[in-house]
Amino acid sequence: MTLIRGRRILAGAMTLVAAAALAACGSKTTDGNTSAGVAADVSGDTVKVGLLNSLSGTMAISEVTVRDSIMLAIEEINAAGGVLGKKIEPVGEDGASDWPTFAEKAEKLIREDRVAAVFGCWTSASRKAVKPVFEKNKALLFYPVQYEGLEQSPYIFYTGATTNQQIVPGLDYLKAQGAKSLYLVGSDYVFPRTANKIIKAYAEANGMKVLGEDYAPLGSTEFGTITNKVKSSGADAVFNTLNGDSNVAFFKEYKSAGLTAATMPVVSVSIAEEEVKSIGTQYLEGQLTAWNYYQTTPGAANEKFVAAYKAKYGADKPTSDPMEAAYVSVYLWKAMVEKAGAFDVEKVREAADGITFEAPEGLVTVDGATQHIAKTARVGKVGADGLITEVWNSGEPITPDPYLKSYPWAGGLS
Amino acid sequence: MTVLFGQLFTGVSIGAVLLLIALGLALTFGQMGVINMAHGEFIMAGAYTTYVLQQVITAAGWSLLVALPVAFVVAGAMGVLLEFLLIRRLYARPLDTLLVTWGVSLILQQLARDIFGSPNVQTRAPELLTGNIGLPGGITVANNRLFILALAGGAVVALTVALRFTPLGRRIRAVVQNRDLAAVSGIATARVDRMTFFIGSGLAGIAGVALTLLGPIGPTMGTNLIIDAFLVVVVGGIGQLKGTVIVAFALGVLQAAGEYLTTLSVAKVMVFIAIVAFLQWRPQGMFTLRTRSLA
Repeated sequence: MTLIRGRRILAGAMTLVAAAALAACGSKTTDGNTSAGVAADVSGDTVKVGLLNSLSGTMAISEVTVRDSIMLAIEEINAAGGVLGKKIEPVGEDGASDWPTFAEKAEKLIREDRVAAVFGCWTSASRKAVKPVFEKNKALLFYPVQYEGLEQSPYIFYTGATTNQQIVPGLDYLKAQGAKSLYLVGSDYVFPRTANKIIKAYAEANGMKVLGEDYAPLGSTEFGTITNKVKSSGADAVFNTLNGDSNVAFFKEYKSAGLTAATMPVVSVSIAEEEVKSIGTQYLEGQLTAWNYYQTTPGAANEKFVAAYKAKYGADKPTSDPMEAAYVSVYLWKAMVEKAGAFDVEKVREAADGITFEAPEGLVTVDGATQHIAKTARVGKVGADGLITEVWNSGEPITPDPYLKSYPWAGGLS
Repeated sequence: MTVLFGQLFTGVSIGAVLLLIALGLALTFGQMGVINMAHGEFIMAGAYTTYVLQQVITAAGWSLLVALPVAFVVAGAMGVLLEFLLIRRLYARPLDTLLVTWGVSLILQQLARDIFGSPNVQTRAPELLTGNIGLPGGITVANNRLFILALAGGAVVALTVALRFTPLGRRIRAVVQNRDLAAVSGIATARVDRMTFFIGSGLAGIAGVALTLLGPIGPTMGTNLIIDAFLVVVVGGIGQLKGTVIVAFALGVLQAAGEYLTTLSVAKVMVFIAIVAFLQWRPQGMFTLRTRSLA
């Protein structure tokens, strides 16, 4: 057999694989049926809700735990009699860390399963992919993860933090600690790029210097160069918006390069208790995170949540901010439906404003105008036991401001 | 200066990773001409072997040392099984080999998902390999990268010695240079093929062990690497070990330089363009093997 011929065939096959991948990215348009939305099927004695999370791929490390806590909330609600007398029936789909798949599965949940609401998505890329699907079908998505703000869809409730409830307080904390210069590291997609735009605007207005800004493709595991650049920049702190298990490779490299929390602390906004566990505390001890909830947050509601979660999934399973926000989102939806007296999407939206819930993170209030929720900001430090302990909090819930209208330095962003 | 050296070291260590994953391929693809798309999954098998061993042997240092030979045998055995069951029936049909082994790679990925779950897993590195060595001038060299560099160097030396000076190595080279003549000279070519495949796949297992020191272990980790590995072998020139070695380090340094000057994604594009340009100029790769074989 000829080696040269073999190589030609290989080249041809590689081209085919690449072309197939490109085609998959480009052309997943759903059929042009633009009806006024599909009403949820609530005829039986159950009501279906959709669960849309990545159970495989690079994001599964994080999203599986969100699925687990949504299931916990559904079970608790069902045990207490359900919603408007109907038991909740969860329908799960795997988004597979692939954004077109998210859109496809969202369409399926809304049109085929006719669910009353969908809970899920983690990355902003997946949320942006499903947003038109929910808007076209006039269906509801509850999105439980902190994100980059600058968005307000009438068919999405954002139960995680927007930037003024997480990133801005995180920066305030760094400023108070005396940090004068920052280095920005993030995954290469919409959340880190938008977040870094906001961080740069903040830094400029507050006399901080941004010494560098680097992005790694999602799922990337080669951080030699980035770490080298970070190290030689001599920045006071690193602001990390990497997502998924790129964090594993980054922090391994960071420690190997001799950088520590004492010499150059890293503030992460996508690393919660679950990620700490899988990255390994040997790499993360002493590093900072900005969130709205930690497993160690005091309060009776949290004690109950943590105990219930551990009883169901195992004593070694930590609870985290996105899990808590996902858990809360199911209860908020229940409260909205009960206030509206119906599962109808428009009625639920109208009922949303002012709904409060005694959440594990403390009292949260739905802001009907933005469809975000008011929540308390917290900065924490990773301890040797893998848990995060709070070192600072905002004292009271911060009103959501997704477009940062109340911050003069953010004028040019949206 | 510190940055320059640091970046050079990063490039060399990217090269070492490339070399480790391409070395096995240099045997099965370079020497035998088999396009094995499941090679990446043998890397994955090596990585998961490390993970499993760490559950049994809790001392991270020992489990890593034990993992090296065990992963070699596990991945090698998978390679032999694949050769015996499928590839040997397809030696005259490279396109079919490609499709079949691609199918096998998908099956192996799903198998990994079923056994270990879809979320990626991590291993703990021995404390010694998480630190670094400080050189004068504020230069630091990461221990895990150094370990991988040594591992890649060791693998190249061992493979070169095996090919040059052992009876098996002589037989492998004879079969590569002229299969028919080797067969009439009394060499059992089928058995030589199987041994070549064992070693080539086993090297993928070793690469898998090394990769656990850098990043997470997951069902698709092999797919992300396989294209780079094929590129290294193709550019290096088929049938030549030295080409693979030189090109792995050259691409590593080029990648690191590109990453430093631009961004990670742009650097990748630059490397691909450089490869395309190079192959236009020298389609046979850097080195070619002259044989009297008519094939």
